Amino acid sequence: MRILAISGSLRRGSHNTALLRAAATLLPPGVELVIHDGLRDIPPYDDDVQAQGRPEPVQRLWDEVAEADAILIATPEYNHSIPGQLKNALDWLSRPLAESVLRNKPAAVIGASAGMFGAVWAQAEVRKVLGAIGARVLDEELPVPTAHERLEDGRLTDAEIERRLAGLLGRLVDAVRERDEERAAA
Amino acid sequence: MATDVSQDRLSGTWNFNPVHSSASFAVKYLVASFRGEFDKVDATLADGQLSGEVEVASINVKDENLAAHLQAPDFFDAEKHPKISFRSTKLTLDGDKAELDGELTMKGVTKPIHATGTVSGPTEDFMGNTRLGFTFETTVNRTDFGVSWNADLPKGGKALSDEVTLTVELEFLKAA
Repeated sequence: MRILAISGSLRRGSHNTALLRAAATLLPPGVELVIHDGLRDIPPYDDDVQAQGRPEPVQRLWDEVAEADAILIATPEYNHSIPGQLKNALDWLSRPLAESVLRNKPAAVIGASAGMFGAVWAQAEVRKVLGAIGARVLDEELPVPTAHERLEDGRLTDAEIERRLAGLLGRLVDAVRERDEERAAA
Repeated sequence: MATDVSQDRLSGTWNFNPVHSSASFAVKYLVASFRGEFDKVDATLADGQLSGEVEVASINVKDENLAAHLQAPDFFDAEKHPKISFRSTKLTLDGDKAELDGELTMKGVTKPIHATGTVSGPTEDFMGNTRLGFTFETTVNRTDFGVSWNADLPKGGKALSDEVTLTVELEFLKAA
């Protein structure tokens, strides 16, 4: 089973990308996590461009999502909301809505911030957006506040958050297995 | 036959006529009522028991993006729960009035519902078929069935009402 992870932050030392690397060490057996690295290359969403076909960086993300069993998004919070580049990528993945690659895709959202709240509002908004696109969104959050104190060399130094993240990943994997079982039974 | 108040009108087996039938819903969204319907409806009527189902994927609303969202896990979750079904426990006729009790199953949740409506017929058509028609209406709380999506309005309150009005019109032809 493969989880595709997307970090909403582009910067090299991103806490959210570090959080995804930490998540990669906490997976149940038989599960791999691949971090998408092309968010920076995705052009601004434009219906006219979409009508001509997806630009290559968009198609690459689309294919990676299609090949993944589940999606894990780690989002920072910009002005109490979703970073533009992440929202833009989700907008690309949503069109056309009835054929979206995110449709019925199990998805979970986590987030880290340097402040006190761990990007809870951005996480709620990413869940809302994923829901609108039709993903099967886990109804839980994982805020990592004061992330610079809790992440070191791609590992979580906060045992409680590490335990919660492992639990969330387990539930995401369960959602995939539950869906696969239902599909097999149908 | 308007004076016939007996249940005998329901006896026997009836074939469903989807062409003259519909299953629709209305829910208050902000200030106006939002309406939609399911194009694929099926029903059976046999010895007074009425059952029916609609295919969630056949949902018909004016906006195709909304149709896609309504089938998503946020709303009906068509992938996991492709059908909405109903089974009557009691169907009572009184003149042209009809009362219906039964169980509605939506998004994997089964709840008792009560609907009121009208009955027309049985009437013989020009082809010699015996036709029987019903309309039923009821109101359900969609959150009881886990159809709980909502959005906060910028100035307070919620965008979508929890109360949804369900309306069906059903026509049956008496089986030979």
